[in-house]
Amino acid sequence: MKLVYFAWVRERIGTAEEVVEPPRGVDTVTDLLGWLRTRGEAYDHALSEPAAIRVALDHDHADHDTPIAGVREVALFPPMTGG
Amino acid sequence: MPQIRVAIVSEPLDITAEIERVTAGRGDIGAVVTFTGLCRDEDGRLEALELEHYPGMAETEVRRIAEQAAKRWEISDVTVLHRHGKVKPGETIVLVVTASKHRHAAFESAEFIMDFLKTHAPFWKKEHTAAGAVAWVGAKASDDEAEERWNNAD
Repeated sequence: MKLVYFAWVRERIGTAEEVVEPPRGVDTVTDLLGWLRTRGEAYDHALSEPAAIRVALDHDHADHDTPIAGVREVALFPPMTGG
Repeated sequence: MPQIRVAIVSEPLDITAEIERVTAGRGDIGAVVTFTGLCRDEDGRLEALELEHYPGMAETEVRRIAEQAAKRWEISDVTVLHRHGKVKPGETIVLVVTASKHRHAAFESAEFIMDFLKTHAPFWKKEHTAAGAVAWVGAKASDDEAEERWNNAD
């Protein structure tokens, strides 16, 4: 699964994208965020307030309780500020 | 079906050219509404805004919003253009052009598009100040409220 990060999420994690293989039991976006936070201080800092993280699954906005099975690209980013 | 044009571009936006493109050779359009979102200088404090976007999703999401507007109102043409990269104070960040037979559809659909674009289109603004500081712009609760009212209306 490909992960892509934007804005301060990208800056705090320190990379724009990566490919990961989440372990068994990581079923939803919430699970994924929790698992990512165990991967190091930078992740824990970037994702310390899960409610502030917006998610898109294969380019579609998704809630944190959405299952991630079969998803190719997960994007994590702060609330949007375009326009 | 209405014409929908969406583009995420790094070049300056030309409102006159867009209006002309929409109305050229058309006798059925009675109203064109344009919204122009500009980069403010924040009382001289701001040097530039840097607009980051999600290249795989930004255009798709903006098009989705334009299509929703086209379903909800009788509009014959929708244009949404958004800048990415560095934008200086006074430059246009976003341009929305809606055209219809009558003004209400054009006014309301343009406002709807902007309200959803603010909360759903994957763009993020970073401020570069004249003093050399750099900071991400925070999202506003008022933008969420502006979007919410369309869910409650009719």
